[in-house]
Amino acid sequence: MKYEAVIGLEIHSELKTTTKIFCGCKTAFGAEQNTQVCPVCLGLPGVLPTINKKVVEFAVKAGLATNCTINKYSKFDRKNYYYPDLPKNWQTSQYDLPIAEHGHVDIEVNGEKKTVRLTRIHMEEDAGKLVHSGNTIKDSAAGSFVDYNRTGVPLIEIVSEPDMHSAAEARAYMEKIKAILEYIDVSNCRMEEGNLRADINVSLRPVGSDKLGTRTEMKNINSFKALEDAINYEIERQQEVLEDGGKIIQETRTFDPERGVTLSMRSKENADDYRYMPEPDLPPIVMTDEEIESYRRELPELPDAACLRLQNELGLSAYDAGVLTASRQTAQYFDAVLKTGADAKLAANWIMSDLAKNLNAAEITIDQSPVDAKRLGEMILLISKGTISSKIGKKVFAEMWDGNTDSAEKIVADKGWVQITDTGAIEQIVKEVIAKNEKAVADYKNGNKKAIGALVGQVMKASQGKANPQTVNELLTKLL
Amino acid sequence: MKITKDDLANVAYLSRLALDDGEEENYIKDLNDIVAYVDKLSELDTDNIMPTTYALATENVFREDEVRPSLTQEEALSTAPDKENGYFKVPQVLAE
Repeated sequence: MKYEAVIGLEIHSELKTTTKIFCGCKTAFGAEQNTQVCPVCLGLPGVLPTINKKVVEFAVKAGLATNCTINKYSKFDRKNYYYPDLPKNWQTSQYDLPIAEHGHVDIEVNGEKKTVRLTRIHMEEDAGKLVHSGNTIKDSAAGSFVDYNRTGVPLIEIVSEPDMHSAAEARAYMEKIKAILEYIDVSNCRMEEGNLRADINVSLRPVGSDKLGTRTEMKNINSFKALEDAINYEIERQQEVLEDGGKIIQETRTFDPERGVTLSMRSKENADDYRYMPEPDLPPIVMTDEEIESYRRELPELPDAACLRLQNELGLSAYDAGVLTASRQTAQYFDAVLKTGADAKLAANWIMSDLAKNLNAAEITIDQSPVDAKRLGEMILLISKGTISSKIGKKVFAEMWDGNTDSAEKIVADKGWVQITDTGAIEQIVKEVIAKNEKAVADYKNGNKKAIGALVGQVMKASQGKANPQTVNELLTKLL
Repeated sequence: MKITKDDLANVAYLSRLALDDGEEENYIKDLNDIVAYVDKLSELDTDNIMPTTYALATENVFREDEVRPSLTQEEALSTAPDKENGYFKVPQVLAE
């Protein structure tokens, strides 16, 4: 039997507020354990939480940017469960009246466009961090340690419909959500710090069936690679179980990125019973159309719109436009390069080839690039003006990358890399090359027009790359 | 709806409560009384009435995103039954 995978994602994103969702403790990452806590986030008796207005603003913006309807009446609820990372024994979350519902985002996989629907976006507080004494949870017999700095850091949970059918689609969806959150500037989206993490639901069903199979859930996946690996492994595992006539057990599984496998964690048979109840300490959030529209007006250009603009206004290919707008940093860098007056296609090529290659090798992001957008743009301008060849351009780029902080113009002048456009000087070199390369000259004269390439190469070499290739070509043709 | 012995066991488990054998019958009776009272309330027609989630008519109580002082680590841990190295110490979390 042929099976189809059905995948849904719950993406948790920490919002980049300065303080926590219900108290004034800082949210900064990496502080010493239990130094960003207060009676409210520690859940001490008698405290009164108060909603951070910025959290509501960020959640509404995330909803608007993903085509959700914003609920004008929204409230918080208590989700009851016992785990030491949760000092109150309930997580303050939203249940039946989340801030946003019924959205959608578009994704593209292998040139095929798809829409993934969003069920809802709700606000909630993050839990603390457990540090286990043993190597694994199971052999931490001595006990576990808890750091509550993260408790109360604001989160939005973005719940998708089960609209994805492959690891590639799930990845494209999560990348799109990440890009949107970065563009609207509500989350740092640093996956390695847990800013953005996903719970994945995967089930299989026979192709053609519209009934959902039993699903398993994998929690806290925090890299795109782990997301794809976990889904691919789980699809294969479930397929084997089904083909052997077995049944999928509804359960939470943990993904081990080292071994690339998922392992059973706890069975969901004893269905979670969170006994949600309205949070009596937090009055409801009531919003007017005017407020919602004013948030909408504050939204910047979103990735899909930016991608279209690059194609329609600058004539870039859909692929190039997609790459350049996939992250906010890259899009901003590209825009800054264009501000210098540099040609869009040349700028796209430099960013996607030389710059991308160096960034990948150095494992840094574009906003950490030693070659800033302005200087790259000015260097591209020098190429367009014919001051330097693109070959020299690569040398200038390497110079900048290696720490030279001068402008492209100054580097070119200091190194004497200005392209020779003086026809007399080039003619002199061309004559020398013709005299020294009898064989190539003879080949060319005997009708092998390709032989001229070798001669051009010789001239370029003799001029240390500074001769204008077009002039060289013209002169060679004339003198031969 | 009637509360059974299984319901009681489930509720006790969810609340992490240990019940003595002798107590069970009393709890079942109390819970059934409560449910019967709610059933009585359910007889009212509330179709066109908004649920009263909050007793007070307040809404939109917000604070600005401004830092306020946190406790020191020492203060934070001062009421902890067990602590180590700046952490709260808790018993083993997952037993399989």
